[in-house]
Amino acid sequence: MAQWIDVCSVDDLQPDSGVCALVEGAQVAIFWMPETEAKVYAVGNYDPFGNANVLSRGLIGDIGGQPVVASPLYKQHYNLQTGVCLEDESVKIPVYAIRIDNGSVQVDLSSLPQDREPAL
Amino acid sequence: MTHLLTMARLLLCNLEHIISLPGLYMSVKQTLVVIGNGMVGQHFLSSLVESTIKEHYEIITFCEEPRAAYDRVHLSAFFTGTTAAELSLVEDGFFDRHGITLHLGDKAASIDRATKTVTSAKGLTIAYDKLVLATGSYPFVPPVPGHDRAQCLVYRTIEDLEAIAAAAKTGKIGTVVGGGLLGLEAAKALMDLGLETHVVEFAPRLMAVQLDDAGGAMLRRKIENLGVIVHTGKNTSIITDGESCINKMCFADGEELETDIVLFSAGIRPRDDIARACGLEVGQRGGIVIDNQCRTSDENIYAIGECALWNGMIYGLVAPGYTMARTVVADLAGNDASFTGADMSTKLKLMGVDVASIGDAHAKTQGAMVYTYQNGASEIYKRLVVSQDKKQLLGAVLVGEASGYSTLLQYCLNGIELPENPDALILPHRSDESVGLGPDALPASAQICSCYDVTKGAICSAIEGGCMTMSALKAETKAATGCGGCSALLKSVLDSELAKQGFEVNTDICEHFAYTRQDLHNLIRVEQIKTFSDLLHKHGKGHGCEICKPTVGNILASQWNEHILEKDHLGLQDTNDTFLANMQKDGTYSVVPRITGGEISPDMLIALGQVGKKYNLYTKITGGQRVDLFGARVDQLPHIWKELIDAGFESGHAYGKSLRTVKSCVGSTWCRYGVDDSVGLAIELENRYKGLRSPHKIKFAVSGCTRECAEAQGKDVGVIATENGWNLYVCGNGGMKPRHADLFATGLDKETLIKYIDRFLSFYVRTADRLQRTSVWMENMEGGLDYLKSVVLEDKLGLCDQLEQQMQYVIDTYQCEWKNAIADEAKLKRFRHFINSDRPDDNVIFVEERGQIRPADENERKHFKLVEVA
Repeated sequence: MAQWIDVCSVDDLQPDSGVCALVEGAQVAIFWMPETEAKVYAVGNYDPFGNANVLSRGLIGDIGGQPVVASPLYKQHYNLQTGVCLEDESVKIPVYAIRIDNGSVQVDLSSLPQDREPAL
Repeated sequence: MTHLLTMARLLLCNLEHIISLPGLYMSVKQTLVVIGNGMVGQHFLSSLVESTIKEHYEIITFCEEPRAAYDRVHLSAFFTGTTAAELSLVEDGFFDRHGITLHLGDKAASIDRATKTVTSAKGLTIAYDKLVLATGSYPFVPPVPGHDRAQCLVYRTIEDLEAIAAAAKTGKIGTVVGGGLLGLEAAKALMDLGLETHVVEFAPRLMAVQLDDAGGAMLRRKIENLGVIVHTGKNTSIITDGESCINKMCFADGEELETDIVLFSAGIRPRDDIARACGLEVGQRGGIVIDNQCRTSDENIYAIGECALWNGMIYGLVAPGYTMARTVVADLAGNDASFTGADMSTKLKLMGVDVASIGDAHAKTQGAMVYTYQNGASEIYKRLVVSQDKKQLLGAVLVGEASGYSTLLQYCLNGIELPENPDALILPHRSDESVGLGPDALPASAQICSCYDVTKGAICSAIEGGCMTMSALKAETKAATGCGGCSALLKSVLDSELAKQGFEVNTDICEHFAYTRQDLHNLIRVEQIKTFSDLLHKHGKGHGCEICKPTVGNILASQWNEHILEKDHLGLQDTNDTFLANMQKDGTYSVVPRITGGEISPDMLIALGQVGKKYNLYTKITGGQRVDLFGARVDQLPHIWKELIDAGFESGHAYGKSLRTVKSCVGSTWCRYGVDDSVGLAIELENRYKGLRSPHKIKFAVSGCTRECAEAQGKDVGVIATENGWNLYVCGNGGMKPRHADLFATGLDKETLIKYIDRFLSFYVRTADRLQRTSVWMENMEGGLDYLKSVVLEDKLGLCDQLEQQMQYVIDTYQCEWKNAIADEAKLKRFRHFINSDRPDDNVIFVEERGQIRPADENERKHFKLVEVA
């Protein structure tokens, strides 16, 4: 069952850009594209190629119709809806359920990994 | 089983054979002596060292002149600022690297064929196994009485040029004897030296060998318009004391000409004296007789270049000499190679006038037919010589406009059938129809680059082998790296082959914009577009990506210069620009404040050190004479910058595609050798162009003298002080593929220098591709450096006012991006790792090394984790 918790206000987001939120110990990259239908996406902040918490600082856009973020380190693209890396489909980053409710940005706790540790 | 054993034995035998070979070669290493280190001698050496047979020879070369091989073809450039060093054809360390012994300033005086030895003027005697004569030629001086008077000079070596320059200081009038290729080149040199210049030619027209009467007449008209006084049909009978000048030339027709300098350029004669003295066969009118392998009458002696006589011909051009050089290398290696004559077609720019001559220009072939086109108003003359059946091109003459040269030469050399109306090839085309010969019409054997003898076939296989760009193709084949005349043809072969291989030559920047960066720049400028979303709605599709967003962000910044972190622009920036710092591998950033020209006071240095110490940053000096502070977390950046700005620093733009540094040497202020104040100029230039966003990073340097301690010739823009003013170099870079900058303009005052740099940078910003350094931009430009000069120095496009205004706008709207950012709460919102927590990123772990921090490696991280958990 979905368990929506408030993360921040929509005013904290940057249009067409990303921020990182700490949600129950997990680093979540949140991207806001106000002009698209989905408007807001949440994925893991950890870049598995660069081994650093940087994805929220990547550029976002679309490639062949898929919404993507490009890693700021080595430029791999990740699909914001599925988490799959476009350059290497065997690599996948976590994707979280997110919504904007009455000016508040909410993440679904049940979509977070269960036995969480602080991400290293 | 037996079979296997045999195999093994065979292998063993081969192995022994291979092992024994190097020893064998060592014991029989032969001595190869090359007499003469001119253009052809040097080409021979560089071809030889690229061949495997160089291992078989101990190589020794004699060079009579005080300097090793230099470019005689572009000798007149010496008078417009090109130095002897820049004319050199020898890479630094060439002789040492390849173990070649060079006897500089020592002339080979005699050959003893019986003992197989060469003896030099300085008394050195060297035994040879093989000998190559590359003695070249000397200028022919007609035996006119008085030819050896004072100020009667020749034009061949750098020493000759120095003598001419010295004579020009006191003289007012100079006269060249000889109206051929070299004579007109020499006349240009006299013009450049500011002399009233005359050309005296024995034949009834200029360039009598290459041009017909009408072509010669058109050339004369054009050259006279440039201020040269031409006298044809003149036979000099005596040179004697002048009245108003040092010398007076008296002609057979009774006329006289007063002149200070007489410069003989009436043709060349082969230097065959050393060959003659040792009994080698020489031609009746001189020249060492050679066969198709360039062997002389002694099988151990070769002759190449202008000293050699092949089939009764002396070739006074460099390309046939190069072919001979390569033939000898092949022959030494035991490969089949022959020199079978050379095409004498030429194209050149004489004093800015295009002149070309191809094949049978005089229509001497039986039944030849001639087409001519003459345009008196534009001073253009063209002549085609075709076979009787009008199917083959035999020759051509072009004066005033030679753009069709490559096409015509290909028709002529490859026997390609002419179109139905051959005159279409020389008539001006006033519609869009193209009469050029497409690259597909050329056979694989067609020679594209004559300097390095590169055929279309060789180019196509290089393209198949993966050379997809002009620069890759040039590096692989050397085509278009000599005179550069074939670069347009090379490009068309490349484009056509790529298209054939199924590569769509797509220049779209990405899937969101069907435009090049240059197109986008034009759209933004002309339509006054101020935001990415506006551009996307009008001219693009989708939502953008990490290619188009930063590119457009960059163009918007260089055109309108609004702060890159304004709401409309923030989402366009790469992470480095977003955080005004450089992201490192662990997600932390480095900070580089501007230190203009590398000049910093002790107080500022202390302030910088204190910031580094306070935030425990790893500190390193950069190559651009400033200080880089590493390991700053995103949330620390505004605090660090607040302190730096309070101490008087400003942003160094190390994070942007923009001007980085202007490096300088200490200059005339302190240095014993300094000619001008390089630090002062560097600071002024850096302050002028700081903040300018450009297609890629830009680096400058200023050196206070030609010792060049600031390494300005390795920069996008390099300035070097000389006695006559500033010399400007452009389009150099270090990095993965270093490129030496090109000399762009000389002897400039500061105002002119800055004007040229303004125009150069604006034009680069406007027309380069994304992430294209100035070097690649210029190399890919049709017309290359000459074109760039015509735009920037001569305002060929009429753009210079606009370019200067745009630069002035950027300068006037400069702001320190950090100073602006720390005063603006909205812009600082991003500068924290978590939007909802003040905790730092726990993935950032440092260890200590040599007294400073560095990111922990994988093993250290594991260890760290264990310790934490425990």
